[in-house]
Amino acid sequence: MPAIRAENLVRRFGDFTAVDGVSFTVEKGEIFGFLGPNGSGKTVTIKMLIGILPLSGGGAWVDGIDVRTDPDSVRSRIGYMSQKFSLYDDLTVLENLRFYGKVYGLRGRSLERKIAAVIEQNQIGTYRNRLAGRLSGGWKQRLALGCAMLHEPKILYLDEPTAGIDPVARRQLWDLLFQLSGQGITFFVTTHYMDEAERCSHLAYIHYGKLIADGTPASLRSLPDITPAGTHRFEITAGEVTTALQIAHQLDGMRSATIFGRSIHALVDESLNQEELAGALRARGARIEEIRPLTPSLEDVFVELTYRHQRQSGASA
Amino acid sequence: MINPFRGLGAIFYKEVIHARRDRMAIMFSFIMPILQMTILGAAIDTNVRQVPTVVLDESGASQTATPSDRGTFDSRALLDRLRNSDTFRIIKYVRSDRELNEEMIAGRARVGIKIPVNFARDLLDGRSAQVMVMVDGSDSSVAGQAVNVSSQIGLDESLRRLLPAGVAVPIEVRPKLMFNPDSRSPNFFLPGLTAVLLLFVTTMLTAFSIVREKERGTLEQLLVTPARPLGILLGKIMPYFALGVLELSAILIFMRYVFQVPIHGNALLLIVLSTGYLFVNLTIGTLISTKANSQAEAMQLAMMTTLPSIFLSGYIFPRDTMPLVFYGMSYFVPATYMVDISRGVILRGAGVAELWIDAVALAFLGLLVLLMAVRRFTRMIV
Repeated sequence: MPAIRAENLVRRFGDFTAVDGVSFTVEKGEIFGFLGPNGSGKTVTIKMLIGILPLSGGGAWVDGIDVRTDPDSVRSRIGYMSQKFSLYDDLTVLENLRFYGKVYGLRGRSLERKIAAVIEQNQIGTYRNRLAGRLSGGWKQRLALGCAMLHEPKILYLDEPTAGIDPVARRQLWDLLFQLSGQGITFFVTTHYMDEAERCSHLAYIHYGKLIADGTPASLRSLPDITPAGTHRFEITAGEVTTALQIAHQLDGMRSATIFGRSIHALVDESLNQEELAGALRARGARIEEIRPLTPSLEDVFVELTYRHQRQSGASA
Repeated sequence: MINPFRGLGAIFYKEVIHARRDRMAIMFSFIMPILQMTILGAAIDTNVRQVPTVVLDESGASQTATPSDRGTFDSRALLDRLRNSDTFRIIKYVRSDRELNEEMIAGRARVGIKIPVNFARDLLDGRSAQVMVMVDGSDSSVAGQAVNVSSQIGLDESLRRLLPAGVAVPIEVRPKLMFNPDSRSPNFFLPGLTAVLLLFVTTMLTAFSIVREKERGTLEQLLVTPARPLGILLGKIMPYFALGVLELSAILIFMRYVFQVPIHGNALLLIVLSTGYLFVNLTIGTLISTKANSQAEAMQLAMMTTLPSIFLSGYIFPRDTMPLVFYGMSYFVPATYMVDISRGVILRGAGVAELWIDAVALAFLGLLVLLMAVRRFTRMIV
């Protein structure tokens, strides 16, 4: 039995279809990265999967329970951390934990034991008596995560858990997520950070309500749509990179080219090999410093998929 | 079957902490009532006395005399009677109708008394002597009192002149002011004010409760937990209910010992009967809170419900004289029942036998509003 199964999930608001026939399966213990631009239906999908937004169509099962018929049971099995780390600022760390524990029906000895475990796990002991409003972003997020997992949920939904916190805290959070997923907890994470997407064991990409990619990071990178047969990718480092880009666009056999920092990521026909490419660019006046083969990054993948999807929906409209 | 009160204990736990740390709320619930009571109890006196009065006494006029020499023995005797009533205070004697009018228009005098030239002569000849009393009608309680007292004195004087000495008046009416024999204003104002103060404070306290969570973003988190609407709402109401009982006790102590308003009935009974009132106001606040999207909006909605209920409750204007529509509406205003309970216990010494119906009405209204709030809240979840 998978942790989460969504089948042809649909949600409409009036005439607007926010989620349009989305299907995916998340296995137990996976870190499932759910990606997509703002307003593409990520949060709406989450709200359906945690049983606070009714479905307009399709079905969803969380830990084997149908969210349409028994949202209450779903809610007691999952943990949810919203984008804003919903904590009570005028309650201390310990009081926030006690409150969420009590809401989930924990009390007495077992409540105190769980709190102690969560404090240990998230290393928030030094701040136990500090008001939540006085914590910095990283500590707030640890506390919010602690509150969300106090009742030992099997599945944790984290909606942009690292928005607005520093890189060190981000790294520490991910270390914790790996550790917990090793214990069998399933994570459903949304993010905009590509380095975080790389860490997920399973990715899905939603674009304007439609799921346009679903797989492991490696399988997405080797999608034939991203690097079609008869093409290969290069990273071109050049002086005056914008001039080099203009020149690259004029080249025969150049499928696409985009600037990444001081270099150009180029998709080129196989007829043009590395030396020929360098020669052709230099001949037209580009100051090429280095050219080397490139495996597509996840950003390349999602940008490419988005363009393709826009072209297709533009063509069908 | 899921326990419909699920989450109540947890919400109660955290709301108590919120309430304890929210200094403004505590200030608001204790300072404001005491301030209001001080103003209404000490500064406002509804008993009309010493109304500024101008007099044009032309009785037996001779144009050369100075104002204080004017008038006749009879006219001066009448003016003395008026002055001694404690209702009128003569601030000025004027010489002409024009001056008399001017004083009234300028608002320096509320009453103008004109005694005509032939006042004393008419009395002597056994004709009806006329006195004109002009009353500024812009303040109805002053006007009413001035008209009553001056007519009363006129009638009294007439009887004295008609009846032979030693003969009693055929009918003597002896009014007795029950429950408030000295006609003290605080005794009248403060028991009703108790209802109004509780209304303001309790409605406000819960009106903010859910909106605040909407603004903080914690409501969304709360909705994901297994807590049920009834548990959440009652958990939020209960701490403020306790605060309301404390506040009522503080108000009663202040009223009894600072303003010396005697409590004729059982103070404990008053608190017990008031619980329904506290409950209904707290649920109204909660209902407002489910509707409003910001604390400012909640504040406005609370004002919109509290102000009309003060006017309809009979606290300021008697309900019996209201047009039928408003009289009917006043039955849906919780403050109506509370004003009745409060005045009943404090002033009339009434007990359960007289007031149980009010308490039942309040409990009923409270349950009704609670159901409405739960329904609205349930719709927010899905």
